[in-house]
Order: sequence, then C-alpha cells, then structure tokens
Amino acid sequence: MKTTVPIIIAFLSGFVMILAFFVSPESVTFGNFELEPEVLSWVTIVGGFTLLLGVVSIVRVNYNAVKRRNDGWVYKLATLISVFAMAIPAVIPNGLSPLFGTGPGSIYDWLFNYLDAPMMSTMFAMLAFYIASAAFRAFRTRNTEATLLLVTAVLVMLWRIPMGEIMLKSIHESIPGLINTYIMNGANMAVQRGIIIGAALGAAAMSLRIMLGIERTYMGK
Amino acid sequence: MRRGLTISGINVLAILLMAFTFAVWPLSAPVMADSSQVIDDSTTPEILTDTLSELSSDSAVVSASDIMSDKPAQNDSVFRTDRLNALVLMILFSIVILVYTKWAREGKRLFIRKISGLDEVEEAVGRATEMGKPVLFIPGIQEIDEIETIAGISILGRVARMTASYDTPLLVPVRYPMVLAAGQEVVEQAYIEAGNPDSYNRDIVRYVAGEQFAFTATVNGMMMRERPATNIYMGAFFAESLLLAETGNAAGSIQIAGTAQPAQLPFFVAACDYTLMGEELYAASAYLSHEPLLLGGLKGQDWMKILLIILIVIGIILASFGFGDWYFSLFESM
Repeated sequence: MKTTVPIIIAFLSGFVMILAFFVSPESVTFGNFELEPEVLSWVTIVGGFTLLLGVVSIVRVNYNAVKRRNDGWVYKLATLISVFAMAIPAVIPNGLSPLFGTGPGSIYDWLFNYLDAPMMSTMFAMLAFYIASAAFRAFRTRNTEATLLLVTAVLVMLWRIPMGEIMLKSIHESIPGLINTYIMNGANMAVQRGIIIGAALGAAAMSLRIMLGIERTYMGK
Repeated sequence: MRRGLTISGINVLAILLMAFTFAVWPLSAPVMADSSQVIDDSTTPEILTDTLSELSSDSAVVSASDIMSDKPAQNDSVFRTDRLNALVLMILFSIVILVYTKWAREGKRLFIRKISGLDEVEEAVGRATEMGKPVLFIPGIQEIDEIETIAGISILGRVARMTASYDTPLLVPVRYPMVLAAGQEVVEQAYIEAGNPDSYNRDIVRYVAGEQFAFTATVNGMMMRERPATNIYMGAFFAESLLLAETGNAAGSIQIAGTAQPAQLPFFVAACDYTLMGEELYAASAYLSHEPLLLGGLKGQDWMKILLIILIVIGIILASFGFGDWYFSLFESM
C-alpha cells in the first residue's frame, strides 16, 4: 500500500500532463475547471504547506548549532536573526504601520533592496574570479587535447570582444567568420545538440519508468 | 516474483488506460466548434518569442513542450493533430522500454557501458570514511517537479545507502521544502534498508535557503568549515555551478557532478574530478542499483538513440541532395 498509492498518484499525475499535451485545451476544460492548470496549481498549494517544513528545518539546525557553539555558530546566529527579521515585519498587517507588510517603505522592502539584493549581486559578481581560476587550470597545456582546448578558447574569446575581432581581422578578414561557422555553429553546436538530445531521451525514459512504476528509487526503494 | 507481478499489472493497466483514453475520448469529449475557441494566431508569435527567450537564457530547461510549437491544429478534432508525430514517437519509445524491461525480467543479459563517474561514487564515499569526514550531496537547485531533481533524489538514495553502511556522515543541503521532504524520506529509507537506522538523523537533509545565491553562500561556507572529503552534485544547476565546484576544489574534496544543463557542463568538467553528462545523470540510479528491471529501461533508451541517429543521418543525406523537405515536415508541427 505504501508503494502502490504513490505509484498510482505518479501515474495519474503524469497521465494528466500527457493528456493535456496531446488534447486541445477545450477538451480538458469542464466549466471553470481546466485540468492542466488545476493540477499545476495543486503543486503550488502543496509547496506552500511544505514551506513550514523548511522554516522548521532551518530554525532547528541553526538553533542547535548556536546552542552547542559549533564551528561557525556566529554565522548560524546571523541566519536565525535574518530569518525572523525578514519574516516577522512582513507578516504583520501594514494597517498597523507602513513599516510592516511588504509594500514600498516597509522594513521587509528595505532589507530586500539594501541587503538581500546587493548580497545576491555580490555572489554573482564573484563568478568572474571563479571562472578565471577554473580557466587557469583547464587551459594548462598538459597534452594535445588540452592544447587544442586552449587554442580554441583563445580564438573564441578574442572573437567575442570587439578589440579581439579587429585584431583577428587584421590577420585575415575571414577569420572571425570561420570561427563562427566552424567552432561555434559547427563543433560547439553539434556537441550541445547531442547532449540535449541524449538528455531529453534520458528524461523521457526516466519519466516513463516512474509512470509505469518500474523506477521507484525516488521513494527510497 | 511478487514485485514482477505488480509491475506487470500496473503496466497493463497503464497501457489500457492510455489506449482507452485516446480511443474513446474523441467520441465523448465536446468537439471544438470553430478555431476561435482555441488560442488564435495572434497569440502564437508571443508564445514563440517567450519560448525562444527562455531557451536562450541561462536558466533554460529544454523540454519537449519548449521545443514544439504551441499552435493548435486548425481542425475540429479534440486531438492536437499537430503533435501526432510526438505521440507516435512516445508510443514507440514506451513499447521499446517495456520490451527491454520484459527481457531483463526474464533474465536476458544486457550490456551496459561503463560510466566511470558512477564507478567512482563508491570509492569516493570510501575515501570519506577513511578520512572520517562527511560526504556532501546536492540534488540540484530546482523543485521536485523537475525530472533532474527526481534523478538527483534517486541517486541520493543509493549514496545514502553507502554512507549508512560505512557509517559516514552525510550532508544534504536543499533549496526547496518539497525536496527536503522527499530527500528526508529517501535517506531515512536508505538507512533502514542498510540496517543502520540509529545513525539516521533528520537534519542530514536540511533546508538552507530559498534564494539561489544565499543557498550557494551557505553551501560554500559549509564546504570551507566542515571540509567534506567528497562532494556530489547531481541535478539541475545554473550560475552557481562553478561557485560550488571551485570552492569544493579549493577545500580539497573529491568531486563528482552530473547535470543535464549543457551550459553548466564545461564548468563542472573544469572543476570536478568526474562529470556525468546529460543522459548519464538519468541513468545513474539504474546503474548504481544494478537492478535488471531498471537496466532494461536504459537499453530501451539506447535503442531509441540509435533510431534517432539513423533518422538524423537520413536527414543529412536527403538535405545534402536537396530533396529532404517532405522528410523534415514529418518532424515539424503539422
């Protein structure tokens, strides 16, 4: 029973999606009940309920770490304070004060615009440094393949920037066009498409295995 | 034996239900009166523009529905006849997978090629055990309704069984509460099946943050403080892939990654010791389980790939000689 019911639910959910894909939208609409959007909205509703699980998990893990003074407990304390500093003013109705709620000028809005968003941007900006260090390791000329990768990468990087393109054109007018045709739209595109086709087949096969109850590993079986 | 019978029953029921629906539905469902009741042509370019911009973005997840046009058939049928080719392919694919699964159940020996990244998973967990350090597993950063996340959760079950057997600490940070619930269930089951339920702790799988880069910052901090011996990334990753993999590299961990996101594969290849590409991610749970039933599904998938390669080669030959239009039309929206 513990296995059969989830398999039936998985099959019916998948079947609804397949049906909605192959049948015209009107055929699966019964009055105001539209089958596909309805099922998808259930996912959102279930997700809303599980949010509480997430909050409980984050509070429990961080509270225990702070209580036991584990390594980095100060960061965990900062996490706990941040969770409540964002959540509490946001859930208090803004009728009591314009500082509450999530509207413009609220505490939540201020924390989001002046702390959360800049921190996200900082993390994303750091990617440039990580790319540099990864490229340094990947492009070392250890063997023929690595050398080929280095030469290709240098050509593509030069082609991507205006100054590099002018430099390449000064050697020969057709070089940027050749890079575009043979490297980007040739080898690169072919490999990417190969991976996408393989991944799509893999995803379809796994979906079928789940729908037909063959694959149960997602239930820990 | 019992399991085999159950699966056969479900397969038959599933196929009967599908057949019944596609055979009987046209007779009972309301027929479209005219084309004005469906999405009209004026909406189509907008849909295509949205789809194209989504596909070109870094966060694009390519699915069949993304690739195919959303323009409905201009006829009175309840079926989307413009998607008939996809239906034929899906039925063919299902039959092939079921046939191979049946052969696998009957004991027919199936050859599956070696995937070195997956062979290394057990060794990497063993290394963590010897060093007395934890194994860090990240099942991607997407919701549970994404197939890549489900693949990641399936692999998590196998890895958790190994860590439970060796009594190695396991850390699984997740970004969504639903993934948290599924992950906790899978890991708990794995510890029970490995005969070590006492070592299970519900905080093995933990929700750390809902924001992409807050999640990344937390996991990076975890890597630098707890110094896991092994990092396993299996699922959908986007801009954070290199941030995670480079930090893991700096922490001296052995790293195994798997994703179906082509844009992130170069980053993982550069920063990780082993990388599973595209379909290998979906094959991982079957490969690690060594269960004939699951391996049968993989063989069916390989057969379909051969068929697609043949179709592509025929297309190339026809296009080269300039008379492939009718052939290409078979694969486009009708």
